[in-house]
Amino acid sequence: METVSNRAGTPSTATLSLRALHKSFGTFPVLNGIDLHVQRSEMVFVLGPSGSGKSTMLRCCNRLEEPDSGAIWVEGDLLTGPGVDLNKMRQRIGMVFQSFNLYPHLTALGNVTLALRRVLKMPRAEAEAEAMAALKSVGLSDRARHTPAQLSGGQQQRVAIARALALKPTVMLFDEPTSALDPELVGDVLDVMREVKEQGMTMLVVSHEMQFAREAADRVVFMDGGSIIEQGPPDRFFAAPEQERTRAFLSRMRG
Amino acid sequence: MDAILQQFFNIEIMAKAMPLVLKGLGMTLLICAVVIPLGALGGLAAALGSVSHNRLIRWSAIAFVDLFRALPPLVLLIFIYAGLPFAGIRLSPFAAVTLGFFLNNSAYFAEIFRAGLLSVPVGQTEAARSTGMTATQTLIWVTLPQAVRNVLPDLLSNVVEIVKLTSLASVVSLGEMLHAAGLVRSLTYNASPLVLAGGIYLLLLWPLIRLISHFERRIAS
Ligand SMILES: Nc1ncnc2c1ncn2[C@@H]1O[C@H](COP(=O)(O)OP(=O)(O)OP(=O)(O)O)[C@@H](O)[C@H]1O
Ligand SMILES: [Mg+2]
Repeated sequence: METVSNRAGTPSTATLSLRALHKSFGTFPVLNGIDLHVQRSEMVFVLGPSGSGKSTMLRCCNRLEEPDSGAIWVEGDLLTGPGVDLNKMRQRIGMVFQSFNLYPHLTALGNVTLALRRVLKMPRAEAEAEAMAALKSVGLSDRARHTPAQLSGGQQQRVAIARALALKPTVMLFDEPTSALDPELVGDVLDVMREVKEQGMTMLVVSHEMQFAREAADRVVFMDGGSIIEQGPPDRFFAAPEQERTRAFLSRMRG
Repeated sequence: MDAILQQFFNIEIMAKAMPLVLKGLGMTLLICAVVIPLGALGGLAAALGSVSHNRLIRWSAIAFVDLFRALPPLVLLIFIYAGLPFAGIRLSPFAAVTLGFFLNNSAYFAEIFRAGLLSVPVGQTEAARSTGMTATQTLIWVTLPQAVRNVLPDLLSNVVEIVKLTSLASVVSLGEMLHAAGLVRSLTYNASPLVLAGGIYLLLLWPLIRLISHFERRIAS
């Protein structure tokens, strides 16, 4: 349903909208006109070969990377363009990184409270209560006083998820959240992501966890060469991919 | 053997020199107390400038650091104290020492802070900015604490160097410790006051040097 909204024609029902997104590094085009609309509480999974522009697309969604042209909306509010209060908008867009990027000089609790205190200006007690709730939701209440170095990779990534969740974002972006983990630790992180989804979070996930995509994703998007080649519900996408490039990629992934 | 004891370790002369040397120590500590925080702040500012995205700021900061690292502090000090009056700027010895050391220390602190800032992975900044923190908040709460921690031994080593360097203040007749000791030596024709001053430097700096080793070991492990 593409209803016309008051702001430059964004579909008002989508929680995250990307329209005609272009991005080059130097003369090298990385995104060639991406259109993507993620609905409320939808989990969209992005697959694609290395270098296809998945991370770049995701990083455009909170403007860690500046798109050359095109537009992005969050709940109908324009993210791209001049005069946008970027710091305000970023509070609504959580991001989880492949390498966790936890602050090593702070405890797990400190990692989660930092933005609550400095960005939302919460008093310490309130911020710590919020942070403890977030840590509890990722199953790490008992690790609040540990530093990242004292945590396993899986635990670190769950703290990173809690750090993003604590700001109560509208949408969460995940860039290969399990790629840096030992195989036996992947499951815990995926369980947390599944839980986040069940709470109704809108999620855009770049990941190679095919099995997880099958079980949990509402939609799978396949990217190649900076374009979306094909997308659909996981059953159909994995069972009967329409494009030759998708089939080639999937058969390569299955080994 | 006796001659050496007499000339360098003469307790009697040391005792006589003690009040003056301790007074000098007071001045040494005063200079350090002014010059080290100022230099650290100036160095931090120059380091931030040297990693700025603004080309003019970056080049100015780099030029500042290069200039004052290359210029021998003795030359700088004499220029400020004896040269600037020709331009109508007359500074007291203490002000001249403060300015000279500020410029010199800033340049050295800047190089250390710069290395520290560059040692923090860009992912740290990205994580902080992705939560809506401003660039300044990110610097204060995320980047700088890690930068300082990563170069703490170098920062402290620089402090040791500065403490020793304050003896240069004697060229503008500022009565710091070595100046005082030298005065007594020239009166008594005996080097024991210098040994006394050296001993005090050792007592002053040795704990700091132990601390540096401690941090170096901690970082290595
Ligand atoms: N900062 C940058 N400067 C120059 N080129 C870049 C930069 N970041 C990414 N690229 C290039 O853009 C292309 C797309 O990169 P991107 O990281 O988006 O791919 P990806 O699909 O996430 O790949 P992967 O699966 O390996 O993570 C690659 O060719 C990459 O080399
Ligand atoms: Mg990537």
